Amino acid sequence: MSNKPNPTANESANTLHTHVMSPKTLLAVFGALLVLTGLTAGASAFHLGTYEIWFTIAIASAKASLVLIYFMHLRYDSSFNSIIFLTAVVCLAIFLALTLADTDHSMLRLPSS
Amino acid sequence: MNMQPTTDAASAAVPHSPSHHFQTAQQEFDAGKLGMWLFLITEVLFFGGLFVAYAVYRDNHPEVFTYAQQYLNKTLGALNTVVLICSSLTMAWAVRCAQLNQRRGLKWCLLLTLTFASLFLGVKAVEYSAKWDEGLLWAGSFALEHPQHARLLPVSLLVLSAPAALGLVLATLATGFFRLVSRPAMMGLSLAAIATCVAFLVGVGVGVGVSQLSSPGGSKVATAEQVVHQEASGDETPHLAGVFFSIYFTMTGIHAIHILAGIGVIFWLYWGSLQNRFGSTYFAPVDFVGLYWHLVDLVWIYLFPLLYLIQS
Repeated sequence: MSNKPNPTANESANTLHTHVMSPKTLLAVFGALLVLTGLTAGASAFHLGTYEIWFTIAIASAKASLVLIYFMHLRYDSSFNSIIFLTAVVCLAIFLALTLADTDHSMLRLPSS
Repeated sequence: MNMQPTTDAASAAVPHSPSHHFQTAQQEFDAGKLGMWLFLITEVLFFGGLFVAYAVYRDNHPEVFTYAQQYLNKTLGALNTVVLICSSLTMAWAVRCAQLNQRRGLKWCLLLTLTFASLFLGVKAVEYSAKWDEGLLWAGSFALEHPQHARLLPVSLLVLSAPAALGLVLATLATGFFRLVSRPAMMGLSLAAIATCVAFLVGVGVGVGVSQLSSPGGSKVATAEQVVHQEASGDETPHLAGVFFSIYFTMTGIHAIHILAGIGVIFWLYWGSLQNRFGSTYFAPVDFVGLYWHLVDLVWIYLFPLLYLIQS
C-alpha cells in the first residue's frame, strides 16, 4: 500500500488497495524453500524408519505454508480466503482419516501374490 | 532481469474500468479473488483424492513402494523441485511488477516463468521415457522383464520432444512472418514461444545429462545392476509393482497437465502484458494466474518427497 501514490478523489473508484511484496521477502521465502528442499532430499540418505514419513510431511507442509502465506498473499488478504482454504484442508483430512481407518479393518486389500 | 522501477506517466497501463455489475475496482478484485480461491479448493480436493489413493495403497502394500522407488531418479526429482520453486518466485515477482506498473519487469518475469515451466516438462519427459524404455508402466502393461532399451534410438524421448521441436520450427517461422508484416506484439508472442520450446529441449538435455551422471553408462547398466540386485537378494518383482506406477503416472501426469494449462494461461498474460493491459489499477489476471501457479507448485511440493524420497 505504501508503494502507491495517494488516490485523488475522482480515481478512487478505480484504485486497488493491495499489498505489494518486497523483493527482500520474496527472496527470503525463495531461499527458505530451497533450504527446506535440500533438507528433505538430504534426509532421505539417512534411514529414519517410521519417522521418515512424518519428517517428510512436516517439511513439505512448512514449504507449503511459506508458499501459501507469502507467495499466495494469504497473510495480507482478507482472512476469509484463508478460512476457505483451511476448510478444504479439514475436508481432506477427514477424507484421508476415515478412508484409512476403513481400509485397515476391511477386506479391501488386494491379493499380494 | 530488469526489475528496476520503470514507472513513468507515458508507460501507464491502458485504463481498466470495472464491469457494470461492480461498484468499484476493489469490489471487482475481491470478488474475483474469492472465486479464484474457491476454484483452488476444488483443485486441492481433486488432487486430495489422488493422495488418498496413494495413502491407502501405501498403507496396505508398503513393500511395493519400497521396491518401486529405486526406479525413480531422485536427482531429477529434486532438480525439478528447484525449477518449480524458481518459477514460483518469478511468478510472485510478476505480480509485484504489475502492481508497480513495471512493464519490462512484468514481461521478463512472465517469460522466465514460462521458461522454467517448460524446463520442468523437459526433465519430466526424460523421466517418463526412461520408465517407458524399461517397461516400468502402469498395472496391466508393467513389463520390467521385457525392457525396450536395446533400440539404437531413444524413440520414446524423441516422441515426447517432437511437439517442442515442431513448435520451435513453427514459432521461428511465425517470428519471421510477423516481423515482415510488422506486427510487433505477435512477434513478441512468437519469440516467447521460441523461448518456451528451447527451454523444453534444454530440459531434455539437462535431464539426459543428469541421468547419465547419476547412473554411469546410462539406463542399460542401471538395469543390469537391478537384475544383479534382484538375483542377489532373491528379491522378486512384487506382483503389484505396476500399481505403484499407475499411481505415479496418474499423479505426475495430471500435475504435468496442470503445468501445460499454466503455460497456456501465462502465454495469455504475456500477450496482455505486450499490449500493456496490466498496471496498478488492473492486475487481477496476473494475481489470479499466480495463485493457480503457486498451487501447482504446492502439489509438487508434496508429490516429490512422497513419490521419490520416502523409503520405509
